[in-house]
Parts: sequence; C-alpha cells; structure tokens
Amino acid sequence: MPGEPSDRTPPAQTLVVWCPDWPVVAAAAEAGLPPQIPVAVLAANRVIACSAVARAEGVARDMSKRPAQARCPELVVFEDDQGRDARLFEPVAAAVEDLAPGIEVYRPGVVAVPARGPAGYFGGAEAAAERLVDHVAAAAGVECQVGVAGGLFAATLAAHRGLVVPDGDTAAFLAPLGIGELDQPAERRGKGRTELVDLLRRLGLRTLGAFAAVPERDVASRFGGPAVLAHRLARGLEERPPARRRPPADLAVTEELDPPIERVDTAAFAARALAERLHEKLAGRGLACTRLAIHARTERGEELCRVWRCAEPLTPAGLADRVRWQLDGWLTGRGLRRTAGPSAGLTLLRLDPEEVVDATALQLGLWAGAGQDQGENAERAGRVLVRVQGMLGPEAVVTPVLGGGRGPADRVRLVPWGDERSPGTDPELPWPGRLPPPFPATVPDEPIPVQVFDEEGTEVGVTGRHRLTAEPYRVAVDGRPPRRVRGWAGPWTADEQWWEPAKARRRARIQVVLAGEPGKTEETALLLVREGGRWTVEGEYD
Amino acid sequence: MSRSATASLTALHGVSAASGLTTTPADVVTGRVLPVHAELAGLLPWGGLRRGSTVSVRGSTSLLLALLAVATAEGSWAAVVGLPSLGVLAAAELGVAVHRLALVPRPGAELVGVVGALLDGVDLVVVAVPEHSQQPHGQRSHSRSSRPQVITADVARRLSARARQRRSVLIPLGPWPGADLEVSCSAGQWRGLGHGHGLLRERDVVVSTRGRGAAARPVRLDLRLPTEGGSVRLTQEPVPQSLIPDTLGIPDALSTADALDTAGSRGNTTGSPGAFNTAGTPKRGDLHLA
Repeated sequence: MPGEPSDRTPPAQTLVVWCPDWPVVAAAAEAGLPPQIPVAVLAANRVIACSAVARAEGVARDMSKRPAQARCPELVVFEDDQGRDARLFEPVAAAVEDLAPGIEVYRPGVVAVPARGPAGYFGGAEAAAERLVDHVAAAAGVECQVGVAGGLFAATLAAHRGLVVPDGDTAAFLAPLGIGELDQPAERRGKGRTELVDLLRRLGLRTLGAFAAVPERDVASRFGGPAVLAHRLARGLEERPPARRRPPADLAVTEELDPPIERVDTAAFAARALAERLHEKLAGRGLACTRLAIHARTERGEELCRVWRCAEPLTPAGLADRVRWQLDGWLTGRGLRRTAGPSAGLTLLRLDPEEVVDATALQLGLWAGAGQDQGENAERAGRVLVRVQGMLGPEAVVTPVLGGGRGPADRVRLVPWGDERSPGTDPELPWPGRLPPPFPATVPDEPIPVQVFDEEGTEVGVTGRHRLTAEPYRVAVDGRPPRRVRGWAGPWTADEQWWEPAKARRRARIQVVLAGEPGKTEETALLLVREGGRWTVEGEYD
Repeated sequence: MSRSATASLTALHGVSAASGLTTTPADVVTGRVLPVHAELAGLLPWGGLRRGSTVSVRGSTSLLLALLAVATAEGSWAAVVGLPSLGVLAAAELGVAVHRLALVPRPGAELVGVVGALLDGVDLVVVAVPEHSQQPHGQRSHSRSSRPQVITADVARRLSARARQRRSVLIPLGPWPGADLEVSCSAGQWRGLGHGHGLLRERDVVVSTRGRGAAARPVRLDLRLPTEGGSVRLTQEPVPQSLIPDTLGIPDALSTADALDTAGSRGNTTGSPGAFNTAGTPKRGDLHLA
C-alpha cells in the first residue's frame, strides 16, 4: 500500500454479511416458532424489528404494541434481549469465518470482512457473496444477504440491497440514496442522528449526495461534531478519520481461569472483572476502545477468537456486555444449529483492544439517579460485594428491585450484584387485588404448611365465589399445636393470568392474628395464602 | 450535687428522655454516629448507631429494618447476611433505601468470612445468627458442609472487634456474646383486625435495651411498630428501667453511678429549674434542687 492512508483515501473494500431482522430471527429461533407466524421484537413498547410476515400485515418499526397488534392480531411479541441476539449469532459468525478469515462482528446480525481476501480466493466479489450466502444457510440455517462496498457504512447499505459495488464507485452508489439511510439503528444511540436527519430533510438535502456536496467546513460550523461524522459517511469515507492510534502492545489484559469456566453465569462474572481491568488500563492512558478482540483458550488447547467492533467507543458496561455475549455464545453453543464451540471449559481469557481512540468521547453521566450511586460509599461497598461474590459465586450476592405485583414476594426481584437493576414487572400498573400495607417483615423463602380449622375442627377452605367456607378458629403452623385465632380478615383473591393456562394462578389470602403460645402473651400476625387446596404461610408480620 | 439528688432526678420521667442529649449532635454531623429514626434515638445511648459498635436485635425483624432506615436513606450501605426470608417490601415501607441494600441470603459454611469481608466496606452489616449457635464450644463440627456456620462466643468477639476496627456497625439478629447493646422487642397487640373484617393496621410493642459501658442503663420504650403510615412512633414518653419492678438484674448502684455521669455532663441543664418544669413533675424536681 502506498504510504499512510490520508484523510481522503476511500476506505478499503469491505464485505458485509447482513441477516435481515436479526432480533426477530433470534427470538423466533429460541422460542421455536415457524417462520410463517408474524413476530415482532419490542423495546420500551416500540417495535424495533418485525418479521416479513408481520410487515406484510402492516406492522412497522417504531409502532407501539397496541396498534401493531390491532393490525396483526396473531402477532407474537418478544422483549428486546441483546444477550439473546448475540448468543444466537455466534454460529452465523462462525459460518462466515469458515470462508473468510478476519471477521469482525459489528453488532449481532452484521459481520464485516475485508473483501480482498475472499474476492481473490473465490474469483470475484459476486462469487464470494454467493458462496457465503449458501454456506451460512447450510451451516447456521439462517438467511443472509451480502454486500460489498468501500467502508462499513456503504457496505451495510449495499448488503441491504444485495449489491456488489465496484471499487471506486462507492460515492456514486451512495449519492442517490435517501438521507434517511444515515439513521441506522446501530448509529442511533443518543447522538441526535434522528434529529439531524430530520433537519437535513427540512433543509432540502434529501439525498446522501446532496448532503455530501456541502463543504465539510460548513457542516462542522453549522451542525457540530456528530454531523461531521454523518457527513463523512455520506461521502463514502470511514466514520472516523483513519488516524486512529495503534494501541501500544501491552494493553491486553489476560486472566487465567482456575478452575476452568463452564457455566455462563461464572463466565459473566469473570467477563465483568476483566472488562473493568481493561477499561482501567485504557483510561489510565486516556484511551477508549472501538474494536475489541476476545481470545479464549480451552482445557484441550483450542484457541477461540472473535473481534467485536463498535461505532462508539466502548464504556466499561459495553465492554463487559460484549465479552459476556461472546462467552455466552461459545459456552452454550446452542445456536440455531450446533456449531463450533469449545469442547471443554475455558482456562484463559484475553481481551485485546485492537483499535483505540481518545477517551474524550466517553462521558460519564452527570447526574447519578437513585440506584446509581457513584460516591465513595458505593464504591467501597461495591468492592467488598464483588469480593463476597468471589467467595460464594456471583449469584450469592443479590440486591432487591421492587416491581409490581400482588403478594409480598411477587413484588420483589432479586438481581445478582452488578447486573442491570430492572424491575421484573411494571410497578405503575394497578394490580387489582394487591395486598395493602403494612407488609410482612418476614417472607419465608420456602412455603411453610399451615392448617386452618373452624370451631368444629374441620379445615377451612375457599369457595369458587371467593368466600371462606367457615370462620377460622384455630391455626396450626407447620405441625405445631394449634393456636386460637384472635382476629382475621379476608379473603383477598387474585385470579392471575387466567388467559395463559401454563401461568394461571388462583390464590386467596387472609390475614390472621393468633393468640400467644401457651404461657406467652405475644400475638403473632400471619399472612396465609391458599393455592391448590393448601394453606401456606406467605408472610409473618414480626 | 449529692448522689441521692441525682438518683431521684433520674427517677423523673423527662430526665432520661433527655439522655439522648449526651451525644453531641457533632457526632452525627461528623459521621461517627449513623442516624436513626428520631423516635428510636432514645433507645441508643449514642443517639444513633455508633460506628464500630455491635448492636444486637432480638424478637422483631421490623425493628431491625426500622433501625436501618434513616442511615441507608442518607447514603450508607447495608448488607444482610443469612436471612433469605427478609421482607424487602416491608423494608422499603419502613424507609430503607433498598437500592443500597445487598443481600447474601445463604452464606453457608462461609458465614464468618463473608461477614468479615462485608465489614470492610459496608457501613451496616446485619447477620442472622444461625439457630444452633448457642451450643457449647466442643460441639462445633469441623465438616465444611453447606449448613450455616455456627457462631461461637470467640468468633462473635472477633467479628465485633473487626467491626470496631473497620468503623462499621455490626447488627446481629439474635443473641450475640459481647454485643455493646442488645435491643429486644416483645410483640404486643395488633390493631385493625376484626372477625372477618378490617385489616392489620398497627401494633404496640415494648422495646427494651441492655448493654455495657455507655449503654449500661436499661431503657424501655413503648412503640407503635409498624404504624399506619408504615413507620415507627412513640406511644409514651420513655420510662427509665429503674421505675419498672421487673428489671433485668442490673444492680441499682450501677444505674445510679451511670446516672451520676449523665447528670454531671448536663451541668447547665440541671442549673436551670425551668428544664424540669417541662419534664413533667415539677414538684419533686423543685424540691431536690432547692
């Protein structure tokens, strides 16, 4: 190659393998749904991807759930889960790697390869594309499209259209495309790209070519930094100038894993610690990573490696996510078809930042909201909690998140320390039949059997009309001698999820106050629940 | 001031209520004492949870949660070890900031190690004392099973010493040899529940303390826990234990000596008779001061 690439050099030909609607494909594959059922994946109640069948019925991106279901009543919806997307994508990446070395996973659903190698080997870019499509379908059971053009952005757009753009024609390929193409899902995160596209359109710049014709100086002075990046894309250049730094050699972090890791949760724990070490090392030099190679070695000496690439510099959480996804993909190996995975536990893990940029692009949140303490206290506590996780395993230290629900146990979700604290159920919903305060301070983790008798000594039940068959008179907890009932109230009944037979639960709750055990005056207040013809203690107000 | 004078002074109702004043507010400000509900401050000789102390709680999980509430809400972290049945919802209701609460429900055989590690970085460490901890020393089994580790008297002292050294508060739920203060709660009557109607609403409890050092003088409070708003409230002015016939066996001389200290440190208060007028029994106070 003649000398250093300058700022204006068109980027090298890149081949992109793109799986259309990947979140939908992954979700449907995991749920085992046949392709003719319409499927959509939602994030924050908005459709982010839908299958071709659903699209034909009128479902579109950014639609909220109700209108989507109104247009397509048999629509199956899934929550967005990036972990699932990444896990199931591993076999696809492996299939591409069979034919083309040096792959980079851009995001689940998109793999990029330098086009020169496969094009030369298979005798032309078209032939390489054809071979790749066939091989991915055969090895991973997934449909994909291939595009070749200069640079990742143009190649992705070419893949959407299944085109091979000859070297040097990239700018001409981009020019007639609509300005809306700049607003790709991967580029969108919080940088105002959507607003920029909207603004450009109102200014009359309706195609990428029209935007590219504006001098870069004017773009920079009127629209600011993020717009310059978009402008570079529109001109068919790489998003960032190629003056990325070559990372110094000793930035890689390595962790010997003893005992070898075989389980996904322990892998996630190791991934987090390692990602944090890498981030500290990079931050110490004022760098952030945009391309990350994850290496692993198994007990049998297999070497696994995968490169992840990201448009934005990776935050510590982003680094940890990618490492976790990758390990998850390798370890579970349950992709669409069983393909290359380690045959034994992992003994060594290495993170190698292949491409770094100045860390000024990484900005910490200005405000720390509830649950995101950043003070010294939180840091100290976090350190010892991680230490305890090291002693007992990652699942042993949990922090509670409150959500919606009826019973005292339903409303609490315990999240392993360090994982994302999202409530399991929406606390804002009304939850009819929910228990009013005060709440029991003790909620047994295993149900304690209890018998409730009426005055004649027969057991009290709950009728189909939500009434008790008799007044509770004595209660025997866990086989102990029965105690007199001083007061009781209820039943509060909840007929939960009756529309889904597998999850349906019918429960009735009563509160009782029991007189003290013989010789004691202390009253005991209990929350009892009847389900499936049996009473159990759900809580004690102690 | 004569000894008999202070003894009778402390026998007055309001005087022991003011004993919370022996902790200068500066302690709370400088962070040597972690704050608690104002209603519970009277229980603790330091007016809050002093860093480095061991305060054992017996008889009520709600009381434990109520003690944690204000400190966690003001930025301290808390960890609860060995209590898989903790009602997190009740904790939130009593004011605990649950996002600063970490749970280690099943430490198993590593109980002591886990508590020791947590004391290094978490301000409030609650440990549920396993049920068979009161066995004599010889019975401890050496097998590292997953059964909860037994806490012997010397292990308990070692953990308390660790808390002292690391300036954290160790709060055992259950008996704890070498606790600085033991707070026991005896459950009383529930209100609000009828026969087939109503709803549990609030409960009267009696909370009493005994301890060593600055905490030697027993205190007894009548509290409402929980109250209707999901909190804790005093139902009566606090009563010094010496007025209650059934004391915990602390000799009178001890409480008198302690009372002397207390009264001495409040020299300026005793100097103004007016202070006693607010304290409830002006006649006796005037008599002895005169």
